[in-house]
Amino acid sequence: MLSCEQATELMSQEQDRPLSLAERAGLRLHVWICTGCSNYRRQMAVLRAACRRFGSGGTP
Amino acid sequence: MELDRQSELNALRPDLLRFARLQLRDAGAAEDAVQETLLAALTGSHRFESRSSYKTWLISILRNKIIDIIRSQSREVSATSLADDEAGDELLHESLFDRRGHWKETARPGRWADPEASFEQQQFWRVFEACLDHLPEKTARVFMMREFLGFETGEICKETGISASNCWVVLHRARMGLRTCLEDSWFAGAKA
Repeated sequence: MLSCEQATELMSQEQDRPLSLAERAGLRLHVWICTGCSNYRRQMAVLRAACRRFGSGGTP
Repeated sequence: MELDRQSELNALRPDLLRFARLQLRDAGAAEDAVQETLLAALTGSHRFESRSSYKTWLISILRNKIIDIIRSQSREVSATSLADDEAGDELLHESLFDRRGHWKETARPGRWADPEASFEQQQFWRVFEACLDHLPEKTARVFMMREFLGFETGEICKETGISASNCWVVLHRARMGLRTCLEDSWFAGAKA
């Protein structure tokens, strides 16, 4: 079972490289039962969206 | 109706300069990049109907100038400077996780209310910039190459001389630092 710390590492890496099948399965299970990490994953998506917006000059 | 480009340029210049400074962390180089962008913008013949589309266009020119500067510098990110960045990172991890690597009760990530609404507020972007600026220099450089300039990790390795696995560690560190800063400085206050 992954720790939250390990899960956050994978949630970062999934944005930079394709995860292996085993990594994906472990992460899916962890996020399913862990509210903190499930929120963290949403935050990563927000962060990326914010960066896209900032990096393309789309800020108000 | 066509914009008065000269006055728009003056109005947008501070935004461009902040964007360049954040990424280059070198006032002189940032100034150069912005000057070149303004020059390119003044000689271009595109027409723009709004300030926002003009800004998007200017930022895309500036991004290319920043990429050129980064490539020409080919600054090696030395192992020692990354180690400096690491010290702060350990403190952050200790504040977030217990010994078994689980979230501490006080640090468990919460739900961020309506991020899209935040994106519409200038104040949010001031906080976002401050959080970026707060990241250790090398960490921030790698992160911005990835997220703003669109480098693949392979290219980042080449430009900075660090290994792929090191690059993933640095990116993870940056994201963790940034989301923690945003949670503390922005979203925690916006929570219902």
